[in-house]
Amino acid sequence: MSGWEKSAVTLAVFLPAAGALAVALVPRHLDRLIRALGILSSGAALAVGVAILFGFDYGAGRELQFELNTRWIDAINARYHVGLDGISLPLFELTLLLSFLCLVYTWRFLPEPGRPKAFVALTLLLETGMAGTFVAFDLILFFIFWELVLVPMYFLIGIWGSANREYAAIKFFLYTLFGSVFMLLAFLGMFFKGPTPHTFDLLALQEFGAAGGFSRDLQMLLFAGVFLGFAIKVPMWPFHTWLPDAHTEAPTIGSVLLAGILLKMGTYGFVRIALPVLPDAARAWAPAIGVLAVIAIVYAALACLAQRDLKRLIAFSSVGHMGFVMLGIATLSDIGINAAIFGMVAHGIITGMLFFEVGSIYDRYHTRMIADIGGGMLQKIPWLAGLFAYTAIASLGLPGLAGFWGEVMALLSAYNPSGAVSEWTTLFRTLMVFGGIGTILTAGYFLWMLQRVNLGTVPDRWRDVPIPDVTRVELVAWAPLLVGILLLGVFPRAVLGVTNEAVEALVRVFGG
Amino acid sequence: MIRFAWLVPALPLVAFFLIVFFGKRTPGKGAPIGIAAVFAAFVLSLLVLSHVAGGGEPVERSLPFFQAGRLELEVGTRVDGLAAVMMVVVTLVSLAVQVYSVGYMHGDRRYTWYFAALSLFTGSMLNLVVASNLFQLLVGWELVGICSYLLIGHWWEEKENSNAAIKAFITTKTGDVPFLFGIFVLWLAAGTANIGEITELVEHGEIAAGTLTVAALLLFGGAIGKSAQFPLHVWLPDAMAGPTPVSALIHAATMVAAGVYLAARLFAVFAASATALSFVGAIGVVTMLIAAVLALVQDDIKRVLAYSTVSQLAYMMAGLGLGEPGFTPSQFHLFTHAWFKALLFLAAGSVIHAVHTNDMRAMGGLRRQMPVTFWTFLVGSAALAGIFPLAGFWSKDEIIAAAWHSGHDLIFVGALATAALTALYMTRAVLLTFFGEYRGEAHPHESPRVMTWPLLLLAALSVGAGFLNASAFGVHTFAEWVHVGPEAHVEPFSWALAAVSLLAAGAGVAAGVALYGRYRERDPLRAAGPLYTFVERKYFLDDLYLKGIVRPTAYTVAAAVNWTNQYILDGLVNAAGWVARRVARLVDRLDRRVVDGAVNGVAFTTNVSGGLLRYIQTGNVQRYAVFLFVGVAVLAILITRVA
Repeated sequence: MSGWEKSAVTLAVFLPAAGALAVALVPRHLDRLIRALGILSSGAALAVGVAILFGFDYGAGRELQFELNTRWIDAINARYHVGLDGISLPLFELTLLLSFLCLVYTWRFLPEPGRPKAFVALTLLLETGMAGTFVAFDLILFFIFWELVLVPMYFLIGIWGSANREYAAIKFFLYTLFGSVFMLLAFLGMFFKGPTPHTFDLLALQEFGAAGGFSRDLQMLLFAGVFLGFAIKVPMWPFHTWLPDAHTEAPTIGSVLLAGILLKMGTYGFVRIALPVLPDAARAWAPAIGVLAVIAIVYAALACLAQRDLKRLIAFSSVGHMGFVMLGIATLSDIGINAAIFGMVAHGIITGMLFFEVGSIYDRYHTRMIADIGGGMLQKIPWLAGLFAYTAIASLGLPGLAGFWGEVMALLSAYNPSGAVSEWTTLFRTLMVFGGIGTILTAGYFLWMLQRVNLGTVPDRWRDVPIPDVTRVELVAWAPLLVGILLLGVFPRAVLGVTNEAVEALVRVFGG
Repeated sequence: MIRFAWLVPALPLVAFFLIVFFGKRTPGKGAPIGIAAVFAAFVLSLLVLSHVAGGGEPVERSLPFFQAGRLELEVGTRVDGLAAVMMVVVTLVSLAVQVYSVGYMHGDRRYTWYFAALSLFTGSMLNLVVASNLFQLLVGWELVGICSYLLIGHWWEEKENSNAAIKAFITTKTGDVPFLFGIFVLWLAAGTANIGEITELVEHGEIAAGTLTVAALLLFGGAIGKSAQFPLHVWLPDAMAGPTPVSALIHAATMVAAGVYLAARLFAVFAASATALSFVGAIGVVTMLIAAVLALVQDDIKRVLAYSTVSQLAYMMAGLGLGEPGFTPSQFHLFTHAWFKALLFLAAGSVIHAVHTNDMRAMGGLRRQMPVTFWTFLVGSAALAGIFPLAGFWSKDEIIAAAWHSGHDLIFVGALATAALTALYMTRAVLLTFFGEYRGEAHPHESPRVMTWPLLLLAALSVGAGFLNASAFGVHTFAEWVHVGPEAHVEPFSWALAAVSLLAAGAGVAAGVALYGRYRERDPLRAAGPLYTFVERKYFLDDLYLKGIVRPTAYTVAAAVNWTNQYILDGLVNAAGWVARRVARLVDRLDRRVVDGAVNGVAFTTNVSGGLLRYIQTGNVQRYAVFLFVGVAVLAILITRVA
């Protein structure tokens, strides 16, 4: 294996951190240079990511590629083990893309109270944490990246957030930390009860778990631990209440990255760790997870109908969309997990885009309240409003756009769940019906939202207020997402062609 | 030629993108792009039809689309006589509508976008028509839904219009969900989503009858929504909020036809289940009657036509409910109906264009000022009423005859009664609009040629299309194009039955002339009292949905969920935070008073621990990190010990 293949992933993960370091050394008055460094270092990471896309062997998506496995902390046998397979590649690339776009956006938009140096450095650090989470194949390494994400996000919300930012930031931090403690406990359990010599290596643990190495009772306990960690991050109902506050109060790019990437860390954790290492427990927990997932879908849609704050509405919609992802995972089936990963990528692009747009609407109207905007946006700022409608319609699952395949395949997998949970088929089919009702409600709240902000005539209070339409920087930062929404809709193979191999290998432990 | 069938949906779809991105900068502001694309698609459709007209097996061409585990999908075209005929209908109606729109929408605020949406609408419908597998069909199916949303709400400045658009989308979406599940059922049972393979498996009896019944009923849920059948017909009259040419498109070709087409496309599935067929027939009979009665009490000319569409689609559904004998007649009626309903809407649009109102009470006497519109509207009305020898006569007669010969008495009686009602409400519409004295305040004038030419074209088709299957003269061309099984099914023509159906229509016309021959301010039917009110209020179905489902969900239930979220779920989280702070304070106090009091000398320790504990409430992240790692270390030691 060449040096490039060994180092590419590490390079992509740590280039942003290096950029953060560089930013830290630049005097704070060199505002433009700081922002340029942010774009450059995340752009360099993205370039490495694109190079990886060209080097990746898609026919061998089940195998770990660009792998590096080297000594790290010998005392606890933790290793620096990173790599990419068909499941992590799409999420890894999504992270690099969204982070880069956020930094491009920051070239022009920096929320109060400014301080570009801290803002850019924290965002870059966040990128390293997120990207690292998706490539780590050692539980300690995974945990460190996982926790690394918390700190910059805490500050992004706490310093650059809106009115209620401190409450939201602390809530976000403590709630997720609470979950991670149990997750860590479970990791330690895997370490001590796992194969000898004790190891944190994910591949070794997966092999051990698939062979039934962990007793069923222990699995149930360990699953409870990782479940809390991941379920809070997703977030699954009823652990979701940190999300509307955090998303609503966060600055625009904070919301974009929260919705676009951070939530996926939880669902990714289920797919990467919980299912393969603890297959018996996954089987036992699956019906409960399915039920919670569908509650989230319907509940979030109903809550969305009641929201008056545009950003909070979008935040709640994430809970519902992640419900579809979790429903797919709960079926333990090839279709369901493919649906889940597709859904994660699609939601990352679509909801990331929605938060960009809501941020831009707020920048212009200085209010996020639907009633205060009062309609007529299509008249006042036709391009921004038109893009907002396009993205919202993608989010409600229109075929031809990205939101469709993940949702439909998740429902399909609930109709035909894995043989491992076949005794629960009736339950899953019932869940499918409620999920279907959820899609109607979802269409309802999005169309209602569009009616209230986009349609109608411009209210008197805005008639003479000059409000600029989409700016060039916005368009540049958004264009890849807008194209991606269409591309994934008409060419879903762009994701499924990458994931399918790996997913089929993963579900083998559940008998397909 | 069939190699190029994929171009038929592709051309309008490409036109959509071209118009969106370049339309405003090109001459004609995008309209010529859409018209050229649909014209090319029409010519191709004719060539495809001529190719499959000779009969033979359906031709399928597919490419792999994607694979996700057991789900392997392809995308492609499956062309048989039915699909080819539908392609011709969709492209030709769309062509007429687009040309007409150049005049009708002249100077519109969103002229270019309008044409883009028309192209997307047409392309989506064509994709639905040619789709070789059910998921591809679903894509077209739902895209058609969003296009109707966009076009019904085209003038979204008025809340009424956007309400109608949302209503159309959500109502049809309600049918789309069971439809989706029906696809799942078929996919799992057949192990494929390919329409051809499914049809073959069903015909060989490889799929259990019970499964097929479930699948057919679920799929029919989608058809009920899209084709505006009872009880989901409520969206169609409101959809009149869109520009009138859009109504013509929706009612003739691109939207409501989808449900009937679907049931025909998957006819094997429906035909395999007697339960499903009875259900289709029953929905058909109920819908055709209630809609025809509703058409009778409308003052809005477009609403008359809208309910008439609901009623005529129900005719087709009832035809399908007859099973194999009704297959060709129902599709023939779909075919002829497309021409005269498109014609009626475009003619009505021409009237509305001239008098600036939809209300027939403010029309009257327009036959003098608008002769072309009048004559074409009259032809369309006569065709719809089933007057010999216009198109509607032949197709309607076939359904009535098929019902009679197959012994479906209810459908037979319902169809006859509907025929009489249809003649009655169309007579009423013609009399109110074109006869008597003009009652409005505008200055009516004939529409420009770009609008009247499409009318003349469609009028010619409304006269002539029926002769494609004029069984009285031994012509069975259409039946040879569109049939189930290897042989065309030919219904023996009976002059006696034709006389009965003509008698019914004649009775309707006579009643119409008697009631509306002279204009009255007060509709004579109001004499029916509460019964009239019951019909006028649309049987209270809209009220039931709005007040019984939509509003309680959108307001009451949603608010309750939000309240639960804020005060119960989040309340628990906040309460946990509050308890933690309290405990910390308590420990702090305990620490100061007890520990500090006891060990007076070690003030240093107290300070540090008290300070540390106080930090818990500050949210200082570095501190948390320290706690975290200390805690982890302690736990690690504990677990090692245990292990």
